[in-house]
Amino acid sequence: MVKTAAPEQKRGTGGKLSNPDRLELYYYMRLARECDDAILRLYRQGKVVGGAYTGNGNEATAVGSAYALEKHDYLFPMHRDLGAHLVKGQTARNIFLQQLARGNSLTHGRDGTGHYADPPLRIYGNVSHLGAMIPMAVGVALAVKMRKEDSVVMNYIGDGGSSVGEFHEGLNMAAVMQLPFILIIENNQFAYSTPIRRQFAAQKLSDRASGYGIPGVTIDGTSVSLVYETCRKAVDRARRGEGPTLIESVTMRMHGHSASDDASYVPVGMIEEWRKKDPIDRFEKILLADHLLTGETRKKIEEGIKAEVEDAVAFATESPYPPGEDAGKGVYAP
Amino acid sequence: MPALTYIDAISRGMWEEMERDPSVFLIGEDIGAYGGAFKATKGFQEHFGPERVIDSVLSEAAIIGAATGAAVAGMRPIAEMQFADFITCGFNQIVTNASKIYYRWGIPVPMVVRLPSGGYIHGGPYHSASTEAWFAHVPGLKIVAPSTPSDAKGLIKSAVRDNNPVMFFEFKYLYRRVKGEVPEGDITVPIGKGDVKREGGDVTIITYGSTVHFALEAAEMVSKEDGIETKVVDLRTLLPLDRDLIIDSVRATGRALIVHEDTLTGGVGGEVAALIAEHAFQDLDAPVKRVGALDAPVPFAPTLEAAHLPDTERIVHALRELLQY
Repeated sequence: MVKTAAPEQKRGTGGKLSNPDRLELYYYMRLARECDDAILRLYRQGKVVGGAYTGNGNEATAVGSAYALEKHDYLFPMHRDLGAHLVKGQTARNIFLQQLARGNSLTHGRDGTGHYADPPLRIYGNVSHLGAMIPMAVGVALAVKMRKEDSVVMNYIGDGGSSVGEFHEGLNMAAVMQLPFILIIENNQFAYSTPIRRQFAAQKLSDRASGYGIPGVTIDGTSVSLVYETCRKAVDRARRGEGPTLIESVTMRMHGHSASDDASYVPVGMIEEWRKKDPIDRFEKILLADHLLTGETRKKIEEGIKAEVEDAVAFATESPYPPGEDAGKGVYAP
Repeated sequence: MPALTYIDAISRGMWEEMERDPSVFLIGEDIGAYGGAFKATKGFQEHFGPERVIDSVLSEAAIIGAATGAAVAGMRPIAEMQFADFITCGFNQIVTNASKIYYRWGIPVPMVVRLPSGGYIHGGPYHSASTEAWFAHVPGLKIVAPSTPSDAKGLIKSAVRDNNPVMFFEFKYLYRRVKGEVPEGDITVPIGKGDVKREGGDVTIITYGSTVHFALEAAEMVSKEDGIETKVVDLRTLLPLDRDLIIDSVRATGRALIVHEDTLTGGVGGEVAALIAEHAFQDLDAPVKRVGALDAPVPFAPTLEAAHLPDTERIVHALRELLQY
């Protein structure tokens, strides 16, 4: 695996991004997109089991937010947060094993995509019922507080998921109990085909924070450094025992809901308009201007990522499906 | 052995488990300073502190979700529903999250949901429901439903120690009506094992919870008046069912009456009847009979409620029909 910064390196020391940090952010965003692109290719080849959901357009939010976490913090990501999985230490191989439902995947083929948990990395994937993970993630934050641990819990939801009752129920409990909990709303303009004007009447989704008595902020979710800085403040605050923060990160879902969705309901020109703010291009321009990135280093990173993803795809493709006789096993814990 | 009421036996079991294991904690509405709607946790907060006896916000989804998350993180929560009826508001957390986590992730979810269940208390449609059958259809959950103080204490202790989500149905009708000897100390009752509450060779009643007591009363009546001897099997656990006890008992008596307080259609009794049909058909001397509540919400007026819920008289009637077949 090619990395631009050593994983042991303390990220964002003092709340500031160092140059190696910034290169690492760039690397993870590119890796996330390369994985997503590969998943789409596999989908078109009929090799993906089930649907394919990408985080294209969401890379800065996923990567920048998870980058604010320490190893012992808990990540409860969503289906467009592949970048967050990777930042938290997940390997591309495990991502593709999940996607292809193989027996040696983290769920042994019992569930797909990012629906896995990896306790050593403290990653707990989502379920399809949007919003349902919020009270559960709050429960982990409760356990953390009860045991007086130093960890925080970061959880994600979409603009659509913000309409679910458990959004309110979980966040309200976290606020009342002052739990170390950060909720990021990825407002990517559409919940499947439903535009945000048919999803909520508030001006900003972060306005809801005042109703819970917690800080709330709306940010440009295409700026990875802004996402990082905002989340870092929320993480630090949670770690100090000052309770939850609600962050609305505004992005655009650049693909359809899933690979089978042609997104014909997206108004003409909207994708093109947002493409100008592509989170990876934006950041790349800054890094090039700052001479952190050159044509040569960019090529090197690119090649490393391609090799990493190719290896993962090959490894997953060659891995066997779980044996059918396992279907009824392991329903109950001993 | 001291005699305890049914509810005191549950309290005693929880108290002992909290003393034994610091990862056990309670979360629910009004359970702390107030001691719970039925006072099952009276004095707990004073003794164990507000961190381990948590007065939660009014949200069943948040309570069960938080318990699930805490269990995933290694704690052993006991979540209290104020009434079993309100589990509907936390249904998603149980069915979508708690029940499937071990299968999907291999992470144990050691949690208990306490559900004050059932009628005979004039609670009306929203404070009297029997909701256990909904969960009997959910792989990954365990369901217990004790009928005596001794079983209640032993099963709550086993539920706390189990590494799976356990739905603990406790019967409000029995809370202070039933008193019995409860063994002191660390005595548990195994989940998955039924119990013979009365021996008899003519007919088997298979039942659980509140109706165990009506069944025992009915068995005494038909013994005195008709000379019929009824075996009363108390299931105690509804998921997984004690298949061997059900099948062996029916094989021995040749007649089976299934009784529960829950409505008949889609009730746990249907599953019991199916087991009997599959495994004891050749031994039956009469068709399997069932007694349960009417297929209607639990009504409010005492006259309606009495007509709705099963009672001793209906069980006696069914026993006589079975024997006369």
